[in-house]
Amino acid sequence: MQYNLDDIRSQFPILDTQVYGQPLVYLDNAATTQKPRCVVQKIEDNYFKENANVHRGVHFLSQVATEAHEAARETVRQFINARAAHEVIFTRGTTESINLVASSFGRSQCHDGDEIIVSQMEHHSNIVPWQLLADIRDVKLRVLPFDASGTLQVDQLEGMINEHTRLISVTQVSNTLGTVNPVKQIIGIAHAHGIPVLVDGAQSVPHIKVDVQDLDADFFAFSGHKIYGPTGIGVLYGKEDWLDKLPPYQGGGDMIDRVTFEHTTYAKLPFKFEAGTPDFIGSTALAEALRFVSSVGIDNIAAHEHDLVSYATQQLKLIEGMRIFGEAEHKSSCISFLVGNIHPYDMGTILDKLGIAVRTGHHCAQPVMDAFGVDGMVRASFAMYNTRQEVDKLVAGVERVTKMFNRKKK
Amino acid sequence: MDIAEKEEAIVSEFEFMEDWLDKYQLIIDKGNENEGIDPKYKTDQYLIEGCQSKVWIFAEYKEGKVYYQGESNTDIVGGIVSMLVQVLSGETPDDILAAKLDFIEKIGLKEHLSPTRSNGMLAMIKQMRLYAMVFKEKFEG
Repeated sequence: MQYNLDDIRSQFPILDTQVYGQPLVYLDNAATTQKPRCVVQKIEDNYFKENANVHRGVHFLSQVATEAHEAARETVRQFINARAAHEVIFTRGTTESINLVASSFGRSQCHDGDEIIVSQMEHHSNIVPWQLLADIRDVKLRVLPFDASGTLQVDQLEGMINEHTRLISVTQVSNTLGTVNPVKQIIGIAHAHGIPVLVDGAQSVPHIKVDVQDLDADFFAFSGHKIYGPTGIGVLYGKEDWLDKLPPYQGGGDMIDRVTFEHTTYAKLPFKFEAGTPDFIGSTALAEALRFVSSVGIDNIAAHEHDLVSYATQQLKLIEGMRIFGEAEHKSSCISFLVGNIHPYDMGTILDKLGIAVRTGHHCAQPVMDAFGVDGMVRASFAMYNTRQEVDKLVAGVERVTKMFNRKKK
Repeated sequence: MDIAEKEEAIVSEFEFMEDWLDKYQLIIDKGNENEGIDPKYKTDQYLIEGCQSKVWIFAEYKEGKVYYQGESNTDIVGGIVSMLVQVLSGETPDDILAAKLDFIEKIGLKEHLSPTRSNGMLAMIKQMRLYAMVFKEKFEG
C-alpha cells in the first residue's frame, strides 16, 4: 500500500491549526497524539446513540452499550494478540495499569526482602509505584543500567537476578532516548528463573507491532491517548494465570460476585479488576483508534516514522554543538537533544514562537537526565502524520535558535 | 528615573519590535547585560526553583533603598530577571511594594508569568516584594 500522508493528515483537523501565525508543527507525540475524525465521531455517536451503563440493565440501550464495550475489549485483544479477551483489563492508562500490578502483585506476591528490577530508562510511572509498594513491604528496587548510547545492558541482567527477585518491570521503548529494548530476550532470561515480567508499552504500541504472546509478557500496559485514542482510557494485559492469582485492585460495583456485610466474593476476569462504572465511551473510542491504526498499517507507520527519525537525526547532527541523547541501534519515534549550552526552556520557547511544539524538561524521567548529567533535554517525537517538511522546519528552527543564543555567551 | 519611568523606558524599547524573534533577541541581550548574582549567593538558600528553570535572587538594604541581584540558568527567564532587577533596584521598599510591574505584560511576555510555565518567575516577583516588605519592617518599622 502507498503511504498517503495527505490522506492521513486530512483525518486530523488539528494539524491545520496556526500558532502565532505559523502552521503548527506538532512534534510532541510521545506526550500525547492528536485524534483522527473517526475517534471523535465515535465518542459523539456513543453519547448521542448508545449511552447507557454497561453490565447492568436488561434494557435495550444498556445491552447495546455492553456489547460495544465488550467488542472493544476484543479489538484490543486482536491488536496485541492476547490469548483471550478477559486478559484485557481497561484502566485509565499506563500509569494506572502499573499501579494496579504494583498493588495487587505487590500485596499478594511480595515479601520483605524481595527485589523488583526496573531499568535505568524508566519514566516515573514505572518507578514510583514500586517505591509506594516499598512503604508496605520491605521491597528493594534494583536498576538495570544503560550504556552511553542509551542501550540497556541486558548482559548484566542475569547477574542481578537472585532468589529475592520477584518481578522485572521494564519499558519496551524509552520515552526519552527512543531506545527499543529487547524485551523478548529479557523475558526469556526472567522466565528461565521463573520470574514474571511487566512490559511498559506506552511508547511502543503506537509505533511498532506488539504481540504479547510472541513476547511471552506476563503483564503489558499501554495508554489510549498515545495511540490516537482518547485520554483516560488504557489497558493492562495480564496472563490469565496471573490475573486469577492476584487480588482485586479497587473495590466497588462491577467487580463483585456476591456481597454481604461479612464477606464478598469477586467477579470473574476481567471484571474483578474493573471496579465501578467502566469508561465504556473511552473503550469503544480506543477500539476505533486501534482500527484506524490497523487500517493505515502498523508496519507502514513504523517504516514512515523510522524514516523521519533517521532523517531528523542526520539533519540535526549537522548543527554545530548538537548533542543527541540516545543513539541505540534500535530506536523508535523520538529524538532528545541539546545544542551547546542553550537551555531547553530557551530552545522550546523560541521553537514554540516558530509554531513548533516540542517537549522540554526532564520528560518525567529524571534518572535518565541524571545519567547524562543534564537538567533537561529538548525532545522531538513523531507520529504517523508527521512529514519530512516538518523535520526541515524543526532543523531550521533549531539553527535559528542556535544563532540567537550564540551571539553572546559569557 | 522612578520605577514607572524605568518601566516605560523598557516598554518603548520593545515597542518597535514587530517580529517575535527580535523581541526575544532583545530579552536575551538584556540578560547578557545583567551583572548576575555574586557567586557567593548562588546557593540553594537564594534559589527559586521552577520545574523548567532556576532563578537565584538576593537583596540588600542600603540607606533606605533596596538593591537586588538576580540570575537564571535560562537566557529568556534571565532576561526578564535582568529587567526586573534594573526596574526595582535602588528604590525604596514603599515604591517597590507599590510598583505595578505591568511592563512584562505590555512587552508581550505575560505568558512567562503563567504558573503553568513553572519557570519560577511568579515566585521570584513575590520574593522581590517580600524582601522589600521585610526590609521595611526591619529598618523602617
